Amino acid sequence: MLTCKQATELMSQEQDRPLSLAERAGLRLHVWICAGCSNYRRQMDVLRAACRRFGSGGTP
Amino acid sequence: MELDRQSELNALRPDLLRFARLQLRDAGAAEDAVQETLLAALTGGHRFESRSSYKTWLISILRNKIIDIIRAQSREISATSLAEDEAADELLNESLFDRRGHWQESARPGRWADPEASFEQQQFWRVFEACLDHLPEKTARVFMMREFLGFEAGEICKETGISASNCWVVLHRARTGLRACLEDSWFAGAKT
Repeated sequence: MLTCKQATELMSQEQDRPLSLAERAGLRLHVWICAGCSNYRRQMDVLRAACRRFGSGGTP
Repeated sequence: MELDRQSELNALRPDLLRFARLQLRDAGAAEDAVQETLLAALTGGHRFESRSSYKTWLISILRNKIIDIIRAQSREISATSLAEDEAADELLNESLFDRRGHWQESARPGRWADPEASFEQQQFWRVFEACLDHLPEKTARVFMMREFLGFEAGEICKETGISASNCWVVLHRARTGLRACLEDSWFAGAKT
């Protein structure tokens, strides 16, 4: 079973590289039972969206 | 209607300068990048209907100038300077995770209400910039190369001389620090 720290490492890396099948399975299980990490994962997508917007000059 | 470019440039200049400073962390280099951007903008022949489309265009020029500067510096990120960032990382980790590697109660990520609505508020972007500015310098540089300048992780390794696994560690550190800062400084107050 992954720790939260290991799960966050994978959730960051999935923004940069495709995860292996085993990594995805481990992560899915962890996120399913861990509310904190489930929020963290959604926030990785928010960060990416914010950076896209900021980096392209689309901020108000 | 054609924009009054000169006055628009003056109005947008501070935004451009902040954008360049964040990434270069060097006031002189940032000033140069913006200066060159403005020169290129004045000689460009496009027409713009709105300030926002003009800003998007200017930022895209500026991004390329910043990439040129980073490449020209070809500033290798040395192992020692990364080690300094790592010391800060250890402290952050201790405040986030317990000894078994699970979230500390106070650090567990909460739910962020309606990020899209936050994106429409200027104040949110001030907080976002401040949080980026709080990241350790090398960490921030790698993160912004990845997220603002569109480098792939492999290209970052090449430009900075760090290994791929180190690159992932640095990006993880940046994202974890940035999300914690945004939650503390923005989303915690906006929680519903």
